[in-house]
Amino acid sequence: MAAPDFLVHDSADTVGVVVVEGVTAGQQLTGWVMDTDKTIKIKALNPIPLGHKVALAVIKKGDTVIKYDNDIGKAVADIDKGGHVHVHNTKTKRW
Amino acid sequence: MKKPTFWGYRRENGRVGVRNHVVILPLDDLSNAACEAVANNIKGTMALPHHYGRLQFGEDLELHFRTMIGTGANPNVAAVVVIGIEPLWTQRIVDGVRATGKPCEGFAIEKNGDIATIAAASRKAKEYVQWASELTRAECPVKDLWVSVKCGESDTTSGLASNPTVGNLIDKMDAWGATTCFGETSEITGAEQVCATRGKTPAIGKKFLKTWNDYNEFILSVKTDDLSDSQPTKGNIEGGLTTIEEKAFGNLQKIGKKAKYIEILQPGETPTKGPGLYFMDTSSAAAECVTLQAAAGYVVHLFPTGQGNIIGNPIEPVIKLSANPRTVRTMSEHIDVDVSGILRREMNLDQAGDKLIDMTIRTANGRLTAAEALGHREFVMTKLYRSA
Repeated sequence: MAAPDFLVHDSADTVGVVVVEGVTAGQQLTGWVMDTDKTIKIKALNPIPLGHKVALAVIKKGDTVIKYDNDIGKAVADIDKGGHVHVHNTKTKRW
Repeated sequence: MKKPTFWGYRRENGRVGVRNHVVILPLDDLSNAACEAVANNIKGTMALPHHYGRLQFGEDLELHFRTMIGTGANPNVAAVVVIGIEPLWTQRIVDGVRATGKPCEGFAIEKNGDIATIAAASRKAKEYVQWASELTRAECPVKDLWVSVKCGESDTTSGLASNPTVGNLIDKMDAWGATTCFGETSEITGAEQVCATRGKTPAIGKKFLKTWNDYNEFILSVKTDDLSDSQPTKGNIEGGLTTIEEKAFGNLQKIGKKAKYIEILQPGETPTKGPGLYFMDTSSAAAECVTLQAAAGYVVHLFPTGQGNIIGNPIEPVIKLSANPRTVRTMSEHIDVDVSGILRREMNLDQAGDKLIDMTIRTANGRLTAAEALGHREFVMTKLYRSA
């Protein structure tokens, strides 16, 4: 495959990481799931900066966000598939 | 990859250094000026000014001496001049450094004043630097290389690529019998249970969890409304990291997939259990952590960064790697190894790990790192609590 637009650590993850600059709302993205070596596609709903996360499924308020096949925090707002996942809608369960 | 060798300075105690510093070490804040004057007089020496050393007590005082003595004892240091305000604590550092067998002499300012102290210390420093300049490197097995790791200004590319590249190196070095170290206690929050499973035995894993718990309880006891304002840092958040848990799982990629840590070290404590991976209880602040790892005797440091932390250390050469394509483009003078190709699938982790090993050996052989060339010498003592 060509260079991917986003990477996913584990097939169980609900988020992927955008690894290119300048992703715009409505852009069709190609992603590489690293543990299974699968290619997936998703449409970005928002502009998503390099290094920021895109939701791979609908994430409801209160849901645990999964990355590295592990719990990385909770959604504090509903997030649509393809949405930008970050501090505005996801918080730590710790500090 | 074939097991490499490197060229280093075999010291009196058998440890191997990759730099040949003559250090002018202040016991305390008051002695910084004299140390800097000596380093200015005698070319090729290096003063290590810091802020502490007065009226500390208990475990905090022990850590001060451990850091001072460990810094002087580090195999990257050929000889040490110590200057302190009074002779007794000055001598304590001198005795500690001399236990390694290396040349070390102390000078006290009381009853002499700065000027006479600087003159006497400068003569000794000149003798040391001329002696050290004739020492030569010898070929050494890779098991003699002590490597520390710590990441900074991380972002999501750190967890995807630059930290796993370090992890790939750690797995390979571990099999070669190297002595390695990771730390950053608070930054494992969220991944602490996974980290506990990486102990060599359940008892070591349990010891890690106790260390982590103690640090976490301290943070919870003094935190304001939300420590997320500090961890993740503003740079981490800019780079896409959202929570401490996410940062922790990325951080932990640095210890690879196979290596198991064999002991938990106190801050700045020298490992004594032989070759293997060690966990050290440290802050996650870059300069504090690397200063402690250098004090423990590590001689080369690997520092993956996402957004572009620019730290160096006066004792340990700090090798910077990044996978963030924007960082390697906009801050190229700070990056020694570019692994952004992993994100484009142009290289795999095994290849990236080999590339990092190659740079580690070249650095050990004498290549200056970006941080060394740019003059980054962040020497930051860890202080545990208020002085008396």
